Amino acid sequence: MNITQILLAAQSADGNLRTVAEGNLKQFQEQNLPNFLLSLSVELSDDERPPESRRLAGIILKNSLDAKDSAKKELLIQQWVSLDPSIKLKIKESLLITLGSSVHDARHTSSQVIAKVASIEIPRREWQELIAKLLGNMTQQGAPASLKQATLEALGYVCEEISPEHLEQDQVNAVLTAVVQGMNQTELSPEVRLAAVNALYNALDFAESNFANEMERNYIMKVVCDTAVSKEVEIRQAAFECLVAIGSTYYVHLEPYMQTIFNLTANAVKGDEEPAALQAIEFWSSICDEEIELQEEYEGSDDANSTVNYRFIEKALPSLVPMLLETLLKQEEDQDQDDNVWNISMSGGTCLGLIARTVCDAIVPLVMPFVEGNITKPDWHCREAAIFAFGSILEGPSVEKLAPLVQSGLDFLLNTTKDPNSQVRDTTAWTLGRVFELLHSPASANPIITNANLPRIMNVLLESSKDVPNVAEKVCGAIYFLAQGYEDAESISSVLTPFLPNVIAALLSAADRADTTHFRLRASAYEALNEIVRVSSIPETSVILGQLLQEIMKRLNLTFDLHVLSSGDKEKQSDLQALLCGVLQVIIQKLSSSDAKSIIAQTADQLMFLFLRVFACHSSTVHEEAMLAIGALAYATGTDFVKYMPEFFKYLEAGLQNYEEYQVCSISVGVVGDICRALEDKMLPFCDGIMTVLLKDLSNSMLNRSVKPPIFSCFGDIALAIGDNFEKYLPYAMPMLQGAAELLGVLDHTDDDMVDYGNQLRRGIFEAYSGILQGIKGAKAQLMIPYAGHLLQFTEAVYKDGSRFMSCTLQIMLWVMFYLLTLHLRVYNFRDESVTKAAVAVLGDLADTLGPSSKDLFKSNLFHVEFLRECHDLDDEVRDTASWVQGMINQALVS
Amino acid sequence: MAPPHRPYKRPAISDQQRRRDLALQAQSSRRADAQARARSLANSLLSPSSAETAEGDSERDHEPTVTDVATAASKLRGSDARRWFARHIMLPEWMADAPPHLASDWHVFARPAGKRCLVVSCNGMTISRVRNGSILHRFPSALPNGSKRDISGPASSYSILDCIFHEPDETYYIIDMICWRGYSLYDCTAEFRFFWVNSKLMETTAGDPPSTYHRYRFSVVPIYECTLEGLEAAYSGSTPYMKDGLLFYNKHVHYQAGITPLALVWKDEACSQYIIDTDSKGQVPSEQHVVLELQEDGKLATSDDPPVVFGSLDNEFIQKSNLRPGNLLRFAFRDERVKLVDGKMEISELQFVGRPNRARAFADSHSKALFQYAARHAPLRIEDLVASIQSNHMEVKSTDVEMQG
Repeated sequence: MNITQILLAAQSADGNLRTVAEGNLKQFQEQNLPNFLLSLSVELSDDERPPESRRLAGIILKNSLDAKDSAKKELLIQQWVSLDPSIKLKIKESLLITLGSSVHDARHTSSQVIAKVASIEIPRREWQELIAKLLGNMTQQGAPASLKQATLEALGYVCEEISPEHLEQDQVNAVLTAVVQGMNQTELSPEVRLAAVNALYNALDFAESNFANEMERNYIMKVVCDTAVSKEVEIRQAAFECLVAIGSTYYVHLEPYMQTIFNLTANAVKGDEEPAALQAIEFWSSICDEEIELQEEYEGSDDANSTVNYRFIEKALPSLVPMLLETLLKQEEDQDQDDNVWNISMSGGTCLGLIARTVCDAIVPLVMPFVEGNITKPDWHCREAAIFAFGSILEGPSVEKLAPLVQSGLDFLLNTTKDPNSQVRDTTAWTLGRVFELLHSPASANPIITNANLPRIMNVLLESSKDVPNVAEKVCGAIYFLAQGYEDAESISSVLTPFLPNVIAALLSAADRADTTHFRLRASAYEALNEIVRVSSIPETSVILGQLLQEIMKRLNLTFDLHVLSSGDKEKQSDLQALLCGVLQVIIQKLSSSDAKSIIAQTADQLMFLFLRVFACHSSTVHEEAMLAIGALAYATGTDFVKYMPEFFKYLEAGLQNYEEYQVCSISVGVVGDICRALEDKMLPFCDGIMTVLLKDLSNSMLNRSVKPPIFSCFGDIALAIGDNFEKYLPYAMPMLQGAAELLGVLDHTDDDMVDYGNQLRRGIFEAYSGILQGIKGAKAQLMIPYAGHLLQFTEAVYKDGSRFMSCTLQIMLWVMFYLLTLHLRVYNFRDESVTKAAVAVLGDLADTLGPSSKDLFKSNLFHVEFLRECHDLDDEVRDTASWVQGMINQALVS
Repeated sequence: MAPPHRPYKRPAISDQQRRRDLALQAQSSRRADAQARARSLANSLLSPSSAETAEGDSERDHEPTVTDVATAASKLRGSDARRWFARHIMLPEWMADAPPHLASDWHVFARPAGKRCLVVSCNGMTISRVRNGSILHRFPSALPNGSKRDISGPASSYSILDCIFHEPDETYYIIDMICWRGYSLYDCTAEFRFFWVNSKLMETTAGDPPSTYHRYRFSVVPIYECTLEGLEAAYSGSTPYMKDGLLFYNKHVHYQAGITPLALVWKDEACSQYIIDTDSKGQVPSEQHVVLELQEDGKLATSDDPPVVFGSLDNEFIQKSNLRPGNLLRFAFRDERVKLVDGKMEISELQFVGRPNRARAFADSHSKALFQYAARHAPLRIEDLVASIQSNHMEVKSTDVEMQG
């Protein structure tokens, strides 16, 4: 069988044939990878072969170059890089030839594969001729439209795959020229023009200096705007997508074009087909995003405001709002509540909400007449649009502006929950939720919800929780926010107590009813239940919560009897278990922080048994929510938790090794801390296993880096629990801490994320040292002497990072003022306050543990004097810690 | 067509993320607690007064400092901590005679009936300990750092209040303030401390009715200048709590541990249900009782500093009854066996009754025995207090006249 036959067989309807063919392909790949890839590229490029085999050949090629999983991807890249250069050359030539193929699928697939190869080679300064070759296709006399189309597609994908620093400016210029020419109306083929607009979309990030140049910018903008009125709707849509991207990437250059863009978008919203109209609205939404972000970033520094924030939304407001209100009336009849539906009224309402957040009070008078004029009309479209408009503007405007409107409208809304049309009821329930989320504050002078109207509100919500699933889901959301309002007003949360039994019953039956069909309702119902539990007033509700605990345990128990036939069933079971474990976690936390703790103590055995069963029924993974709940249980039960350890340990170990789902790993690390504090020295027998896994985690490059700082903190937790028994782990843990400290020196200080990460790492390292020092303190304190010097050096380095702050800030400020008006730079400190506190505390721990032995160290490293002095200018907590540290160091120095 | 990244009619938060976040927050605050505990134990070694060997007298001589208070607040475990607490409460003498200058130098207030205790809030937890040092309640409160919920400033900064827990309305009535947000009020006058109680409590919501993060309400007691009007208000004014006598505080007295004559307690039938001591059955015994502490040398002494000796036990009796120095013992005596010499009681024949209630931490003070003696015979009456104020009042007036003249 030749490769063509195998590739065809691999797509056969006959399962047996398919299996055999897949086996053959795998065998070929394993035996001779270079030839395998070469044959695939030949297959793809050969116009004589059937399109089906060519397409599959292309896909397999693509999958041989890239994978979602980062470790696998790295492996594939290495494989490609180490191929014989002559083979690679042949493959790349085949790929480029395929762009000229008359078979659309073949050239389309080829353009994707080209981009994958480019993403590996161009950053390595290889295949530098690629761009020139592609541009050659475009300028070639009489090039067929199909070649141009495929070439533009390839250019677009290449831009998507690589980052701007890997192309020279002249290459960028040439790409943009080719792309913009392809968009020109003189280009007759619509396929070429569509491919060109899409390529431009991907190339925009490369065009920074072109956008900075007025002439080039004018040209690009003109072509994009012209393209937005093309005959073909796909092209218009793609042009608006470009405008959306330009709006957020080059906001600062937009001003001269806004009038034109407004006209274009207004026409599209009013009269264009939905795909184009949606993007036209999205343009304004993204301008809102920009301006909201600008306001947030420059909040408190008014002078910076006017220079970068054009307030486009504010200026366009009088025309923009009526335009969007019109869209609200264009609801679809049986608007599906599915996540995948997105239509013009949804998009319009969403944009209206963003505008409210951008301009605040100014939107209210523009929207209220529409609300009042439509809310009582017989056509449900009008009523729904009115309520949606009202609900959309609740975030942004001031409470003073909104409270009177909400107060007078609340009763109306409550009545509308009985509207004959379910979409009206759905939007009403959502709006009630927004009212409670944004404006309900029981402790305020003039609360929306009072003792007088609470019974009616509750009554309405409980009644509506029986409505159709999508409405009931929103009602659960409303209950969630209603409860959340009492979070900061615990003292009055007992007003909810009389309603509790009925609310809980209603939520439980809402969750029940949804059991098989509507997962979101079920999730909403249980989450509302969580919030109800969080705010309930203890002890008066402890009996009710105790009963709820029993009910949820019963429900969790039932999940083990579910019929699990498919992987879909398995997922459903796991999701339901997640929700139920979530509720249990919240109840455990609630009760264990109160006098009702005994309820947890009495139920701990059963709870633990259930959690272990949840673990047991998912062999492939460790259940995250069950793990979280166990953390809460460990805290609640204290030393008694030790009896669960033998059984639980294997799951904990598995959780700590779950590199793929790093959230699970991260939560498991947290749970180790919980257990340390619960078990104290009873933790000892389990520490060998745990330390082994934690050390492995630290050296695993596949594990998401965010898990690593907590692992260091966890070392501290373990040491604090087992005291000087930590001795045997010192030879392993300490080099890790020192290595991490050195890594900090080479982190990129200009990347916000890396600065954040650096601070997490610093805190983790200090917390580890603190825990270990305090744990080892006493008879074996001398063990720490060899590490003291490094710790002091590291602390000094961190301290000095902080003092660089001033000059760096200054630099950045200047930079911002002169060059980077376009970029939203956050001015940051290299060392945040929590790091300072941890750093200063560790000095005290060192002095405390080593006592007189640390005298010389502190005498020869005098930075602590200055450091402690600086701490006195910081907040109370740091100051308090600093004076304790001062006492400790003094003690050591005078000894 | 999939919506871009925009949620439609859906809240932006995820409860699951909240559960994770809340769990992380809880974990990191517990880690901070654990580290603070480790550090505070070290801290206690720094301050001399709290060395494990510190006992009665030496401890009382020592002027408490903020560090001591920190020690007390952090050492929430063990018998030493209990002893510390018990020794650091300021105890009034029983009023045998009205002191001079009541109106100008003294405050008066109605003492709530209930359990006297020290309330410490720090590290997100509030703990009350009664006189013998044992814990009455461990609870969240709206005092500074009194619950996990609102940790403001350093979590370890502590507040210490001197309170009476009044069972019927489950309220802590604050009668004095020792420390507030880490600021020590030991060396402040009573006048200033009372002022702070009122103004600082207002800064918190500790006066609110109980809720999840605030298990018990705290309340101030109305404190008056001890003028005729003030005394009248304290004596017969209505209070939300049941009264148990009146407390008099000299305006200038600092907070000092142990019994002080600058704080006085007085009661009669009108302002207290408990005038004359009752026995374990709640009956007023026909003979006066007194609880005394057995010394090393067999002497029986009061809790005063220095102790007043009322009698002694012979070795044979001590061995036979298996008694040890430090034991508290209850005795009865007949009125005719009492002599008053220079205001001091002398008792010539004590009869051993038995051991007092185990919760008892201290022997009776001399002034208490004296007050009880007086209460059975010739009590100090409210009229006597009024008369004392009136006479002071006249003195002041006449002084004024002289000065003007």
